Amino acid sequence: MQLEYFQMIDRVVEIDVGARRIRVVCTVPQQSTVFEGHFPGYPLMPGVLLIECMAQTTGWLISVLGGFVAMPILAGVKEAKFRSPVFPGNLLEFEGHVQHEGSGYAIGQCAGRHDGKVVCEADLTYRIMPYPTPQFRQVLFDWAERIDIAVKEFAK
Amino acid sequence: MSSTFDKVADIIAETCDIPRENIKPESHAINDLEIDSLDFLDIAFAIDKTFGIKLPLEQWTQEVNDGKATTDQYFVLRNLSEQIDKLVAAKGA
Repeated sequence: MQLEYFQMIDRVVEIDVGARRIRVVCTVPQQSTVFEGHFPGYPLMPGVLLIECMAQTTGWLISVLGGFVAMPILAGVKEAKFRSPVFPGNLLEFEGHVQHEGSGYAIGQCAGRHDGKVVCEADLTYRIMPYPTPQFRQVLFDWAERIDIAVKEFAK
Repeated sequence: MSSTFDKVADIIAETCDIPRENIKPESHAINDLEIDSLDFLDIAFAIDKTFGIKLPLEQWTQEVNDGKATTDQYFVLRNLSEQIDKLVAAKGA
């Protein structure tokens, strides 16, 4: 996890296309400039960044299910809950699910766990938009491969 | 049994917090009820779920952008309800 670069997911552990589920893992870094402000002397993973973790987790699943022909853009967050504090060094597991793939949008959920206990959860709405450029699509392909998504297997 | 329009109107009232009595068959979702595109995604999701269909929003948007259709054809609620009925019928065919 590199908070400053919004690289929230370290590795995709499992994608179940039939069940429309994804499981990913990441470790909150021990050091980050984010923790210099949030908070001085008491580093705590910001809730907004846990939302980003959840958005990326289910977002990658939407990309996979859609064959990487368009990109999901986070459009709405509902029922976001942060049940326990998350600290530097915590190993997190996120499980995302796509509930509905509509025309130009998708609805999903995600939950994050630490030591098997739910630390955050949210309902997520995405718009599905064309990639702005072919080059940007390639950037996302490269990113997906770095976190162990078999892009060639899923891309249409 | 409630009509398609009644179901759509109930969805809009609940999703967008619009008084049910203000939602009429001749209401335009965007121009009259001032529903924005993000709220319309919630409505589309509820409609998709309720009727077991997939509203072709991308196709409709493309047709409007290309000048091949007007927003009235898809977003006046009477017309939207007719579109839903057609999609439901096509699904059952």
